[in-house]
Amino acid sequence: MAEKVGVYVCHCGSNIAGMVDVEAVAKWAGANVKNVAISKDYKFMCSSLGQQMIEDDIKKEGLTRIVVAACSPHLHEKTFRRACQNAGLNPYLCQLTNVREHVSWVAKDKAAATEKVKSLVSAAVARVTHQEPLEKMFVKVNPRTLVIGGGIAGLQATLELADAGYPVTLIEREPSIGGHMAQFDKTFPTLDCSACILTPKMSEVGQHENVTLHTYAELEEVSGSVGNFKVKIRLKAKMVDAEKCTGCGICIEKCPKKVLDTVFEAGMGNRKAIYTPFPQAVPRIPVIDTENCTYFTQGKCKVCAKVCPTEAVDYEQKDEIIEIEVGNIIMATGWKLFDCERIPQYQYKRLDNVYTNMEFERLCNAAGPTNGKIVMRDGKTEPKSIAIIHCVGSRDANFNPYCSGVCCMAALKFGHLVLEKTNAEVYSFYIDMRAPMKDYEEFYQRLLTEGMHFVRGKVAEVNNAARNEREGGKLIVQYEDTLLGKQKRMPFDMVILMGAIEPQADAKELGLKCGISCSMAGWYTERHPKLDPVATMTDGIFVAGACQGPKDIPASVAQGAAAAARVAGMITKGTVMIEPIVASIDEEGCSGCKICNTMCPYNAIEFDEEKSVSRVITALCKGCGTCVAACPAGVITGAHFNNRQIYSEIEGILWDAQPAEVASG
Amino acid sequence: MSEATATSAKTKGKLAIYWAASCGGCEISILAIDEKILDVGNAFDIVMFPCGADGKVRDVEQMPDGAIDVCLFNGGIRTSEQEYMAQLMRRKSKVLVAFGSCASEGCIPGLGNMSDRKQIFDTVYKEGSSTYPVNPKDERPQAETKMPEGTLHLPIFYDTLKTLDQTVDVDYYLPGCPPEAENIWKAIVAILEGKLPPKGSTIGVNTTVCDECKRTRHEKKIKKFHRTWQIIPNEEECLLEQGLLCCGLATRAGCGSLCPQVNSPCIGCHGPNDGVEDFGARLMSAMASVIDSNDPEEIDGIIKDGIPDPVGTFYRFSLAKSLLRRKNKAAIAN
Repeated sequence: MAEKVGVYVCHCGSNIAGMVDVEAVAKWAGANVKNVAISKDYKFMCSSLGQQMIEDDIKKEGLTRIVVAACSPHLHEKTFRRACQNAGLNPYLCQLTNVREHVSWVAKDKAAATEKVKSLVSAAVARVTHQEPLEKMFVKVNPRTLVIGGGIAGLQATLELADAGYPVTLIEREPSIGGHMAQFDKTFPTLDCSACILTPKMSEVGQHENVTLHTYAELEEVSGSVGNFKVKIRLKAKMVDAEKCTGCGICIEKCPKKVLDTVFEAGMGNRKAIYTPFPQAVPRIPVIDTENCTYFTQGKCKVCAKVCPTEAVDYEQKDEIIEIEVGNIIMATGWKLFDCERIPQYQYKRLDNVYTNMEFERLCNAAGPTNGKIVMRDGKTEPKSIAIIHCVGSRDANFNPYCSGVCCMAALKFGHLVLEKTNAEVYSFYIDMRAPMKDYEEFYQRLLTEGMHFVRGKVAEVNNAARNEREGGKLIVQYEDTLLGKQKRMPFDMVILMGAIEPQADAKELGLKCGISCSMAGWYTERHPKLDPVATMTDGIFVAGACQGPKDIPASVAQGAAAAARVAGMITKGTVMIEPIVASIDEEGCSGCKICNTMCPYNAIEFDEEKSVSRVITALCKGCGTCVAACPAGVITGAHFNNRQIYSEIEGILWDAQPAEVASG
Repeated sequence: MSEATATSAKTKGKLAIYWAASCGGCEISILAIDEKILDVGNAFDIVMFPCGADGKVRDVEQMPDGAIDVCLFNGGIRTSEQEYMAQLMRRKSKVLVAFGSCASEGCIPGLGNMSDRKQIFDTVYKEGSSTYPVNPKDERPQAETKMPEGTLHLPIFYDTLKTLDQTVDVDYYLPGCPPEAENIWKAIVAILEGKLPPKGSTIGVNTTVCDECKRTRHEKKIKKFHRTWQIIPNEEECLLEQGLLCCGLATRAGCGSLCPQVNSPCIGCHGPNDGVEDFGARLMSAMASVIDSNDPEEIDGIIKDGIPDPVGTFYRFSLAKSLLRRKNKAAIAN
């Protein structure tokens, strides 16, 4: 029986109709395309009236297939599938062909654009007649969630879920949770003590009955899919038995080996070879840095083992891989600081008193290496003048084009702390002052009145080449004051570089493991930049915090909570719908060659040794088509994308093509 | 149709065996059914079999259409004469079988589709080391040559070799280069008993050579492809896993895994499974799946070193039947 296809061409206001003669396309399809029973154009197909029109036509005219020529399936495929379902037609008998993003928005020639839409409609009709009804499938959602990263975003997500009664496994690669926020003294614009608001959350996570915490742990491998992920986690050898250790800290105290702490102290202070990053660390169990430990490098010492009252030190400990099952994964892997040495003209690491923003955070932190005293590298001299240089590695075509978003506020915070703690003059060299969030502009106004100086202009270089006595022994900042339109120079005792917020070095690699993608810069790509900011294109994988893009603390917390809410919603529902667009293997034709088994990115193909055939585990299959392409025998079929459907789509596209003269004499 | 075949078998049906662009191996294979050829002789009058029996074209031309019950046609279509014979045999036969790889897929003669008539003639009549002194005036075969006695005709040699089904409608396909004697006998029995699959089918099984291969298989990860003369593979493990480009995993079974059994990789003569449009593309995407590297440069190296002749490797038998059918003629001219 011939199919009765309904074709609906959307104007999308003038989005499509402005570049495509939609009425002509609809008329043409009705008159010329095989199997088309009805062909219409309409202002907004996605409106309730547009959907109603489809439903009515299915019921009244007995349409058996629907083609909508409108926008991207990302936006409205579900809408039109639902309309079909409402009218009693299997939703997979509906084909949405994208004539907006793929045609009208990119075309410049109306006649050519109209012809292209004809081809796409013809292809969709040809394809849809071969589409088969598919039934949606549901799988159970494992209530456990994996949160990757114990910074503020990850902590918030963990607590939201744990407090709601759901089990959470939190992994963090450093020995303690806390993230960057633990390094700060104050937070802008409220100037409350960072540790005071963070550590309660840390200890809550550490003690929560629903939280399994693995610090010094990294993600090895993810398999499975939404609802049922299998995750392998590497627990790096701490060399300290967590069961026996009481966290008394005597090993740290007695350890004779001092190591420069480039992580938590940002190179401003030392730690021991056996250490916790900071006193309030959660958990309190120290780890041995085997690269620097005297015993591991020289074979003798063992002081920590000798002093440990519970014999918790275990030099033989090895990395351990554990496997857990989770329903969802929240990535909250954070950010790293721009390497300020990449801008040699600012002379970081060449001139002593040039600091990075993270170094300065530690310098003014009451628990930091100077107990919060703002002094220069000599450890005693208080600076009399400080320059803060904005946008170091941000908003710079040579490094990162984006605005790091938080540095202006952090610079204001530094200005306030300097003015509060010292008698120094403090200058901010900014390009534009970015203060858009709640109370940020007010904070800027406050610093203006507190006496911080602001110079609008980019600093060209920092040097120590004094031209006069006033500049002697100082850091000279060479800059352009764009408000005065003048090149100027000014001597300072100290320079702070507001380094950019950058993606973690291994963000792409980790994204690959979880099956999510990154932007060119390396930020994780959200499902929709406005409407779906914490979901990703991979179901069951969510992102929160600065791993998705530069963010301040409130935004990171909000995203952590948002991701947790999304996950909680899925757990509460209990099941998740999986697309029936999956692969299947014809067992008769399968020769058991074992090509497909290892290809599957979702580990969804099992091998039946007895029958020597491969089989798709439908609940795990995501319909990506890898095995369909790889199967040398051609016996794997991808539902909704079988050969017949694809070939007829191609034939439909080529509706006006002449057959090629291939074999003429 | 099956009933008609069965009835005609009782009353001694008519069988034709014809050849076009092929090597003659198919005929040898038919004779390799040994004494059973006598059973064939009992069941059929062989009306046309240029290699094995007498029979004239003009006799066939004079038969009523559909007078021949079964025609086993081997060879591809390269010349106007072969094209005429394909059309003639089609018209005169109730059942036309594309017999063997050449008729079904073009086979080795089909690799000529990487060049064209001019290039082939240049090689044969001009550049060949044996032809130069013989053909100093660079004479080429002409379709018509006027002589005092009258006009001489030669078949036109086409640029492109076509498969039988690109020339005429084909009822069945029998795979293999050549089809194995036991499969030929099975096909003849099926014809005699009227137990034929639906029109358009390949007579044989629909699974691949791995199914019949006894070697042990593991995960396939290939760092280097070897050519057959470079290594002596062990006799237990999958040849592909040992780095030999074995086509068995994409090739229709039915041969009993003959080549892998004697430690030689399958070269793909049975063509693909049902539903596979392009054997070479299918095999290539399978091979792409097993190369064990994520580094584009390393992958290039693995392919260039191990597969110096990709067309001859992946399309050894099926170039004429592939989606592209031939190398672009303009590209050859340049």
